[in-house]
Amino acid sequence: MEITVARGGMLTTVQDLGRRGHRGVGVPLSGAADPFALRMANLLVGNPENAAALETTLVGPELVFTAPVLIAVTGATFEGIPGWRPLEMGAGQRLRLGPARLGCRGYLAVAGGIDVPLVLGSRSTYLRGRMGGFGGRPLHDGDTLSVRAETHRVAEHWRIDERILPAYSAAPRVRVIRGAHADEFGGVLFESEFRIMLQSDRMGIRLGGARLARIGGTDDMVSSAVAPGTIQIPPDGQPIILMADAQTIGGYPQAAHVIAVDLPLVAQLRPGDRVTFAEVSLPEAQQLAQAREHILALLHEGLAEKVR
Amino acid sequence: MTITALGDTAVVVGLGAGIDERVLPKVRALVAALERDRPAGIVDVVAAYSTVTVFYDATRLAPGGERAYDQVCRMISERTRHLDSDARKKPAPPARTVEIPVCYGGEAGPDLAEVANHCGLEPEEVIDRHRSADYLVHAIGFLPGFPYLGGLPEKLRTPRRATPRALVPQGSVGIGGQQTGVYPMATPGGWQLIGRTPMPLFRMEEPEPAVLRVGDRVRFRPITNEEFVAWR
Repeated sequence: MEITVARGGMLTTVQDLGRRGHRGVGVPLSGAADPFALRMANLLVGNPENAAALETTLVGPELVFTAPVLIAVTGATFEGIPGWRPLEMGAGQRLRLGPARLGCRGYLAVAGGIDVPLVLGSRSTYLRGRMGGFGGRPLHDGDTLSVRAETHRVAEHWRIDERILPAYSAAPRVRVIRGAHADEFGGVLFESEFRIMLQSDRMGIRLGGARLARIGGTDDMVSSAVAPGTIQIPPDGQPIILMADAQTIGGYPQAAHVIAVDLPLVAQLRPGDRVTFAEVSLPEAQQLAQAREHILALLHEGLAEKVR
Repeated sequence: MTITALGDTAVVVGLGAGIDERVLPKVRALVAALERDRPAGIVDVVAAYSTVTVFYDATRLAPGGERAYDQVCRMISERTRHLDSDARKKPAPPARTVEIPVCYGGEAGPDLAEVANHCGLEPEEVIDRHRSADYLVHAIGFLPGFPYLGGLPEKLRTPRRATPRALVPQGSVGIGGQQTGVYPMATPGGWQLIGRTPMPLFRMEEPEPAVLRVGDRVRFRPITNEEFVAWR
């Protein structure tokens, strides 16, 4: 079946869980900025967690489905669209997501998954490299997407427990692990509230408000690997949280790293939102990650009965 | 050797300090050891200068009492124990010398005159010094396949452009401070462009997409505009 893109929205891309195994030659991870929401959207329509889905940004697309199909919308919330549950679309039915009411990035999974070619093992879009996804670019008005036809049916009368969702907020307290150069910046990162700047994108979320002055360290920084979640401090002192499309190595000091389970909170921040940071230990971060995997595994099992 | 956490998804193995050619054989040996026998749960290995960063998926590591971070550190320690002797006895795949053809100056290298002016040289002297040097790939990043090359003659060091270009053409060869490199794809960029190669450095349709690897040696060979056109 096919999906006609009546309106592309602000920035809608095809994403999966990212392009692994090629960071050594400079290919960014890419994939969903909020991997939790993408995995949930896929599970809700009976897909493997890594299936390709659409990631929307602030203003979602308007889509027309050519055949009946099961979809799910997660992440950001949209007026009149029930989130975090499977929805049945009829043949010819039009879905208009419009502006997100809460959050920044919505995920729309379709039973069967969006059918685009694998590039270096992934269907995700790396925008700057014009690689993967739908011709390496965001969706435009008039595009047509293919979906691998799969009929999934869904049982009625159930809902997921919202307590398993990340604590999405317009002013979250995001947990971080200290970075290699944390000591060179004193405590400002943990004592200040930061504002999300307009220049934020899939490569990095830029923070305004307090500036982090370097009170030690040497100038001869040599580039080394960075990761989605790394908080680097450029010379102007305004932190950047690296995101899915960030380059693989960087030469700015690393003040901290957002823990994996809190990266979805960062992915959902909109320009103007606020954020504060709290330090946790590495063992704590990995326990939290394990607990989330456990919940997703249980959910996977439970949904197998309801979506087939 | 030092091992430090990079957040909760990677560890950084430090094998030396700063920019040091003598550390590169160790870096290559560790990368090769991890690639020969890649432990389950290791998803990416990124070498840069004197560090090797190992990305792992904690959920795919062997379950058990041991913490994910400790497991990864142990796996790396096991593989680094004999790194010095390994690097001598069982060297990583031989470092290659890759020759990159470059059409210098003109439309291909719009900043050649500015670089010459800054260095107090004639444009021909800039070309001659750039092509005569031996370069070493210390890291790959910024863009897929983009090499951070060490070995630029001191005399050719030129600051980046005050205002970056909105679009640097694919294959452009540039100088940025004490480094020189090749843009594998069109992108915004701030380096001074002195030439352009028709040779693709990154082919996303290939299973091994990048032509260069950390530790490779690079030489630039001047070609004419006609040769540049004929190559493509």
